[in-house]
Amino acid sequence: MNKLQSMLETRHFLLADGATGTNLFDMGLVSGQAPEMWNFEHPERIQALHQSFVDAGSDLLVTNSFGGSARRLHLHNLHDRVREVNARAAELACEVAAKSGRDIVIAGSVGPTGDLFEPLGPLTYAQAVEVFAEQIEGLKQGGADVAWIETMSAPEEISAALEAAYEVGLPSTATVSFDTAGRSMMGLAPGDFAKQMVEREHKPVAIGSNCGVGASDLVYALLDLVPNAGDLPVIAKANAGIPHVHGDHVEYSGTPDLMEEYAKLAIDAGARIIGGCCGNRPEHVARMRKALDSHKREAGLSLEKITETLGPLVSPPNLSGGRDGGRRRRRNA
Amino acid sequence: MADDDENIILSELDDSELSEQMQDDLYDGLKDEICEGVNILLARGWEPYAILTEVLVSGMKVVGDDFRDGILFVPEVLLAANAMKAGMAILRPLLVETGAPKAGKMVVGTVKGDIHDIGKNLVGMMMEGAGFEVIDLGINTDADEFLAAIDEHKPDILGMSALLTTTMTYMKVVIETLKEKGIREDLIVLVGGAPLNEEFGAAIGADAYCKDAAIAVDTAKKLVAERKRLNHV
Ligand code: B1M
Repeated sequence: MNKLQSMLETRHFLLADGATGTNLFDMGLVSGQAPEMWNFEHPERIQALHQSFVDAGSDLLVTNSFGGSARRLHLHNLHDRVREVNARAAELACEVAAKSGRDIVIAGSVGPTGDLFEPLGPLTYAQAVEVFAEQIEGLKQGGADVAWIETMSAPEEISAALEAAYEVGLPSTATVSFDTAGRSMMGLAPGDFAKQMVEREHKPVAIGSNCGVGASDLVYALLDLVPNAGDLPVIAKANAGIPHVHGDHVEYSGTPDLMEEYAKLAIDAGARIIGGCCGNRPEHVARMRKALDSHKREAGLSLEKITETLGPLVSPPNLSGGRDGGRRRRRNA
Repeated sequence: MADDDENIILSELDDSELSEQMQDDLYDGLKDEICEGVNILLARGWEPYAILTEVLVSGMKVVGDDFRDGILFVPEVLLAANAMKAGMAILRPLLVETGAPKAGKMVVGTVKGDIHDIGKNLVGMMMEGAGFEVIDLGINTDADEFLAAIDEHKPDILGMSALLTTTMTYMKVVIETLKEKGIREDLIVLVGGAPLNEEFGAAIGADAYCKDAAIAVDTAKKLVAERKRLNHV
């Protein structure tokens, strides 16, 4: 049994960490730079960020390797350093965890390639599996406990990443961003995603949702995801509210107070691994710890309760059911 | 119109039926049908610019609205955008030939770290339609690439697009680089993309933020005209 599974056996809830990207920007990362390069250029800053989440009470650290696939590193001409970048990301988190004296899961972040699959784009399924396998090998080599496949939107990309993790021999989790009218950008609904995961031969250890467009939308997605997830533990890692552009910089609207309330509602919705994505600083995570340690799950969570507590949905689903899959059909061919 | 099994013969439709049918075909992402329709309208003497704006752009507006309303998702939008691109490939050389006197030149690109290009492409097509020469640097464009293209093409306008809150700030990096090189004032800088707003455009030192492609065209025309006037005084 892997570390994540065994911790889930003994504890009701696990606290994940907060944001990587937005916190690195606060620490001086400049737009256009690859965050993954900081694993080499500023390892002390990456470790300081991990440490701040350990201090806030996190049971799980997500590594600085979100854009660590060859496809993403290619944007920075670093595609020939995939293994190294990912191994280093995992090592940095492992060192911090080892010093903590606690049990901490090292979750090796695997983000989307950013490429579209054929026929819409250039990527074939086989290439995607290869690309993810290379990244996940690096993460495994650096000591990651699990391939933390996150912020996904395309079903075939999720499959490819899960298959790669299985090939490499690292357990995996999968989370999707439901940011477009209650579904992923590619139109994947939370319940359908969960069903696909439950039906897999080699299931991920846990599934859920991360990032997207704010805490309300994420908790709302869980109302569809959880009942379809069978006995797979559910992950919730919401953004700290929504980004607002002020002058030339971006601020997230969610306060630590709000994120404490979010954590309670995530529990009520049935999540067991709870944390934050973009905009969540250590102080947000510390307040989630408080919620996880004290809140008792309440039944009957409704959309009304979610929006009353966390604010309106940013991207509500279209409940009119749409237009029958198209405006007017030309031919039935 | 709806759900009939009969094959529609595009060339048998009158202009208004055909224009409507083409907008439906665009909605359904039918590339070959769009190309066929464009050629028929051209043969019937339509102006390329009218085909672009009255058929293709208004068709894309419906796609955009349904995407916004959660009826369509990215795969459908991309198919529609590809169909539009195919129609545009036929129109582009004709627009250049028949186009009004050259309105100006624009170098445009999606900034570094960002691969979203649907909006930028739309802006490029509309600008070409309005008589601008457009040099498109594609996606993931860094400051050096922008500089090299400015040096080579001497455009009136630099256009930058960003769709991510994490990449939009790179526009400021590019503008600062232009200032360092002392060429900021030689150019009109237009920026756009969903997460931006007017305040952001002003804060990073752009000349204007453009909410959509039509506004980009209007703004470009206006600012180029102002600049010409100033240079004549
Ligand atoms: C002169 O200069 C000018 C002037 C005007 C200009 C201009 C330049 N540029 C634009 N304009 C203006 O005119 C255009 C026409 O009217 C307009 O252009 P727009 O681009 O705004 O409008 C287009 C016509 C239609 N709109 C679009 O094409 C964007 C639609 C959404 C759904 C979108 C798409 C399609 C995609 N995506 Co992305 N994507 C989303 C978008 C959600 C949304 N609702 O916007 C957004 C932007 N994506 C997002 C994300 C997170 C991502 N995406 C990613 C990937 C993709 C796809 C590849 C799947 C695809 C892009 C395909 C492509 N070839 O472009 C990833 C990014 C990879 C990268 N490094 O760039 C990824 C990071 C996902 C991931 N986890 O990996 C979100 C950004 C969140 C944020 N806070 O930053 C997002 C808002 C979705 C969401 N709701 O969460 C105006 O803005």
